Amino acid sequence: MATQHSRSAARVMMAPAVVLLLGWMLVPLIMTLYFSFKQYLPLRGGDLGWVGLDNYVRFVTSSAFWPSVVTTLAIVGGVLLITVVFGVLLAVLLNQPMWGQGIVRILVIAPFFVMPTVSALVWKNMFMDPVNGLFAHLWKFFGAAPVEWLSQASMTSITMIVSWQWLPFATLILLTAIQSLDSEQLEAAEMDGAPPLSRFAYITLPHLGRAITVVILIQTIFLLSIFAEIFVTTQGSFGTRTLTYLIYQRVLESQNVGLGSAGGVYAIILANIVAIFLMRIVGKNLDA
Amino acid sequence: MGQIQLNQVTKRFGSVEVIPPLDLTIEDGEFCVFVGPSGCGKSTLLRLIAGLEDVSSGHISIDGVDATETPPAKRGLAMVFQSYALYPHMSVRKNIAFPMRMAGIDEAEQNRRIEAAAKALNLTDYLERRPGQLSGGQRQRVAIGRAIVREPAAFLFDEPLSNLDAALRVGMRLEISELHERLETTMIYVTHDQVEAMTMADKIVVLRAGVIEQVGSPLELYHAPRNQFVAGFIGSPKMNFIEGPEAAKHGAHTIGIRPEHIAVSAESGPWSGVVSVSEHLGSDTFLHVHDTGLAESFTVRADGEVNFRHGDRIYMTPREDVIHKFDAKGLRID
Ligand SMILES: Nc1ncnc2c1ncn2[C@@H]1O[C@H](COP(=O)(O)OP(=O)(O)OP(=O)(O)O)[C@@H](O)[C@H]1O
Ligand SMILES: [Mg+2]
Repeated sequence: MATQHSRSAARVMMAPAVVLLLGWMLVPLIMTLYFSFKQYLPLRGGDLGWVGLDNYVRFVTSSAFWPSVVTTLAIVGGVLLITVVFGVLLAVLLNQPMWGQGIVRILVIAPFFVMPTVSALVWKNMFMDPVNGLFAHLWKFFGAAPVEWLSQASMTSITMIVSWQWLPFATLILLTAIQSLDSEQLEAAEMDGAPPLSRFAYITLPHLGRAITVVILIQTIFLLSIFAEIFVTTQGSFGTRTLTYLIYQRVLESQNVGLGSAGGVYAIILANIVAIFLMRIVGKNLDA
Repeated sequence: MGQIQLNQVTKRFGSVEVIPPLDLTIEDGEFCVFVGPSGCGKSTLLRLIAGLEDVSSGHISIDGVDATETPPAKRGLAMVFQSYALYPHMSVRKNIAFPMRMAGIDEAEQNRRIEAAAKALNLTDYLERRPGQLSGGQRQRVAIGRAIVREPAAFLFDEPLSNLDAALRVGMRLEISELHERLETTMIYVTHDQVEAMTMADKIVVLRAGVIEQVGSPLELYHAPRNQFVAGFIGSPKMNFIEGPEAAKHGAHTIGIRPEHIAVSAESGPWSGVVSVSEHLGSDTFLHVHDTGLAESFTVRADGEVNFRHGDRIYMTPREDVIHKFDAKGLRID
């Protein structure tokens, strides 16, 4: 039992951390809210006073808003789908005993250590460049006209780049989960007459349920705010302007801090809506 | 039907030969128990029969048909694992239904068999629960239920009771024996608990390092162990072994006498020693006797009423007709 004394001591000890965390979260949040109700144009007159909900109305009614929401969701959904499906397959594959397992596992994990900016640049210049990229050479080798990836298939390209970065993460989590599967369960299913595909569907996949949920939730948090990959490739053109990118353009390119802040609040709302849906769909997997 | 025959079966893991060539026949309807010390290859042998491991050489036939290359599912055998291996995300009902679902048995028949199995195993109230919400004994019964509904040619059990507490073990032991009486299906049962082996088996197979030391009914093994290893392994407490001049008197290298075949008294007897520990079980008293000049330590099973204490000198009289004699190689001399 904590005594009165130790409890107050604990409070004093925790105070710095709590204050720091609160400041860390609250200051930016309050500033965002504060600016979102203001007409604030740093290069064109500075703080021009309160404007009520004007920024909010302008942000939603701008023709770029809904497409950006759709783009954001499409990228998040696409990347989740690719990483989960391929993550499960890779995890199953890497779990098989094979020669050079250690090295293969490290290689599979490697992309996760590459910074998003760098990996996007590598993809842009070395793979997707329509003149000198590897893909262009490949296409030419088969006699096809090279694809201008970032303009003709912009969404596919971005989804591909981001998936490549996140696949290791998904694979890693799913691999550890698959390793904890009791082999006797698989053997029991084998004796019960389940062919390999049924064993995968009835035993392995349900066992991975919780890990898949964790992958989906964690990735969603990060994917909702991807920025660097778009910044160094398409710069938001060709239909790749996500909500994050739109906010960036409002704040830095149009120098309209108030409007951008309102966008930031919408981003928070969007993230929460997505979170509620996700918890509805997959959250029950987390219960024991 | 479920006659299982192993013919010169061997198993190697890499260069280690776990099972040297081995022949064994298990008759239809028999309750056959594999016993042996840890690591002697009991589980491996069972898994070979199940088809979960491939034999390195030799043949396995089931009901006279060569099944060496048959995949596990097609052998018509059901296995109950030590860890139960229930499917954690399926309800008890779905767990039991799983093998029938895989076999494509129609729904009505599935339900009929599930209800029958649940009734026989006292699981009716738990059908909608998940395995995680059951006690150890209940899980064990679900695992058995899952095996029963397939109506297999033989059941394979790998130490099914080792995770249960002593009281539950006795209960489940009876239930499995009753199940065997009722179904009259071949059962192969792995254990290292020799009480389980003695009480349940029609036939005991004693293994040591993958080699069959003796096959026989529990009483055959008890009364006429083929060698010193079997003599020491079957029976509890363990048989006492005496070497040297005392054994020579009987014309043997080693003689063995079971603790229950020795009479004790405070006054006289051919052997004597000092009690180091006496364990009172109520019905019996186990006396551990030192300083006998015959063997390191001697165990005697005496009446529950005897009242010897630590340090008491006692006299022991063996029953001459049940002294087991072994030669220098440990083989029985008749
Ligand atoms: N997959 C494997 N690879 C290599 N050696 C193995 C493998 N499985 C078992 N062995 C070896 O085979 C021998 C027999 O193992 P097994 O599991 O059959 O023993 P057991 O009689 O069932 O023992 P226990 O009573 O402890 O369960 C052991 O020495 C073990 O180390
Ligand atoms: Mg074993």
